[in-house]
Amino acid sequence: MENDKLVIGGHEFNSRFILGSGKYSLKLIEAAVKYAGAEIITCAVRRANTQDHENILDYIPKSATLLPNTSGARNADEAVRIARLARELGCGDFVKIEIMRDTKYLLPDNYETIKATEILAKDGFVVMPYMYPDLNCARDMVNAGAAAVMPLASPIGSNRGLSTKDFIQILIDEIELPIIVDAGIGKPSEACAAMEMGAAAVMANTALATAGDLPRMAAAFKSAIEAGRNAYLAGLGRVLSRGASSSDPLTGFLRD
Amino acid sequence: MNNYNDERYFIDSDTLSPEALERKHRIETDPSARSNHMEYMKGMEVIKSDIHDKVMGHVDSVDFSKYTARDVKAALEHDTCTVEDFKALLSPAAAPFLEQMAQKAKLETSKHFGNTVYFFTPLYIANYCENYCVYCGFNCYNKIKRMQLSMEQIEHEMKVIADSGMEEVLILTGESRAKSSVEYIGEACKIAHKYFRMVGVEVYPMNTDEYKYLHECGVDYVTVFQETYDKDRYEQLHLLGHKRIYPYRFDSQERALMGGMRGCGFSALLGLSDFRKDALASALHVFYLQKKYPHAEMSLSCPRLRPIVNNDKINPLDVHEKELCQVLCAYRIFMPFVGITVSSRESKEFRNGIVKIAATKISAGVSTGVGDHEEKYKKDECKPRTTEENARAAETGGNAAATESEDAGGDEQFEINDSRSLNTMYKDISDEGLQPVLNDYLYV
Repeated sequence: MENDKLVIGGHEFNSRFILGSGKYSLKLIEAAVKYAGAEIITCAVRRANTQDHENILDYIPKSATLLPNTSGARNADEAVRIARLARELGCGDFVKIEIMRDTKYLLPDNYETIKATEILAKDGFVVMPYMYPDLNCARDMVNAGAAAVMPLASPIGSNRGLSTKDFIQILIDEIELPIIVDAGIGKPSEACAAMEMGAAAVMANTALATAGDLPRMAAAFKSAIEAGRNAYLAGLGRVLSRGASSSDPLTGFLRD
Repeated sequence: MNNYNDERYFIDSDTLSPEALERKHRIETDPSARSNHMEYMKGMEVIKSDIHDKVMGHVDSVDFSKYTARDVKAALEHDTCTVEDFKALLSPAAAPFLEQMAQKAKLETSKHFGNTVYFFTPLYIANYCENYCVYCGFNCYNKIKRMQLSMEQIEHEMKVIADSGMEEVLILTGESRAKSSVEYIGEACKIAHKYFRMVGVEVYPMNTDEYKYLHECGVDYVTVFQETYDKDRYEQLHLLGHKRIYPYRFDSQERALMGGMRGCGFSALLGLSDFRKDALASALHVFYLQKKYPHAEMSLSCPRLRPIVNNDKINPLDVHEKELCQVLCAYRIFMPFVGITVSSRESKEFRNGIVKIAATKISAGVSTGVGDHEEKYKKDECKPRTTEENARAAETGGNAAATESEDAGGDEQFEINDSRSLNTMYKDISDEGLQPVLNDYLYV
């Protein structure tokens, strides 16, 4: 397992847990780093745009990689401007593109996301687009220069787990880049299931932020993600694998 | 006269001429002396919108008495709250289920907003008004101290507020185009854009191109209260001025969105008419506009009537705290994604409680007067006038002290009920286990 690194845009990470940005607090970030082993921490640029004494940027340890997101952007142009602002604020070259033009479900706009991916990748960013799991769009994002693809597991706030499971599996099977499952992971078991499927990493926030015992839940996610990853690398047995295999070969009757 | 006892609103100032008094009495008592409130005035833009008919189709036909406990229980069990479910939750049958509604509302709020509470402060830059809205302290017949801030005064006020740590400001005026022109408001917004991360306006309704201009001045949010969606009550309460034109006001938010604003705020002033119908209309106004403009960020407020300078008899009638809480929980369950703002008209205790259930935004460091922030912020508190102080103000022609010290500013629009400063509010909200947020916004 020591050589099993998560590689995004040429950068290597040991942890496959990424902290999302929905609800933040000092305690949450501490627990995510210390107990879940998070090395990448997302932050909303619009939320960092504050004089408040509780600026999220002050909470993030120097050792972590900051992943600013473009939440609040309604189109590619706005996402590009927010990403460039993040760079000016000293947030580095990683960027998670989030573009929504629907305030009710907060579903990402794949079309605008592809456009922003192309512009920002050419601009030298390590681009991680958040997207609705659609194979054609994922391919376009790859061609546009994405460093990873981040499909949603279910609508934000729905607590429905892996409701897009079949479509995420298609992305895992067909896309060469890391597939990072984002939004909707409510429990460690769901994170484990995503990793068993072959996801490269899992992003979560609310599941930790709202837990009764934050450090313990962070540790549970770490164990679950490692278990799922190990299962994936081990090769799932026939009970768990997709498709069935008969104990007696169906073709046993063939003679020559 | 109707059974709303509207006479309680009518106050005659001793400074009015006999002719003015005669005209005032005539429009108060004789509907035929008043203009047609459904007819656009010159210069008012007419947009072809289907929203009004969709909203009022429900409101005009609703019968809240037909809903039963069974309907309410079903509404609470559904994953998605339908319009019918929402009506049940607003009905009298839902009153015994207030605690269950609060539990469900809290869950929805936490799913969509976590434990965050956003802060903002209103800034009144002028209190001149050309309208006679009988319940409002700024109405043109009310004898109050009028004031309009100069750009230098505005900048000074904004600096005082920004120095307190506030990052979001809502700029308000009385509704007078003559005194507070679109350009005057625009210039104020440009200054605000320098001092604050987020700038909203709550001013008189404008045309699309005027909203576009304000957006270019740095504004992204427009709030317009319809006050009441009941056309007959609207006619009886808004007797004079541009504000009398019901349909122009109704389409304000849509024109703002057409002008490029990011979001808009809605509300009825509860206590003017049937509050259940007004709550239904407010929410459906958001519901249908959100369908038409899915990118727009919408928010609902829930003000209740408050006493004003020269009239302490004004109250929210049958909308007590329980009814207000019921409305807010119903809003949250029906539209989990919508921001809900609770104003300083409500008490500290109510606001501390409701942010744990449904509200996501509250004002802090509030003054509804004009040009008095420095004086009030010095005391680390925006101490409002009491009813007695307002009575004294009336006796001296609106010039009595607003607080115990000298009053240099214009009079207030209404009495506030929660005078906490930003610092106090920040601490109180944190102590409730919630997370205060001063900004979550970028002007792009």
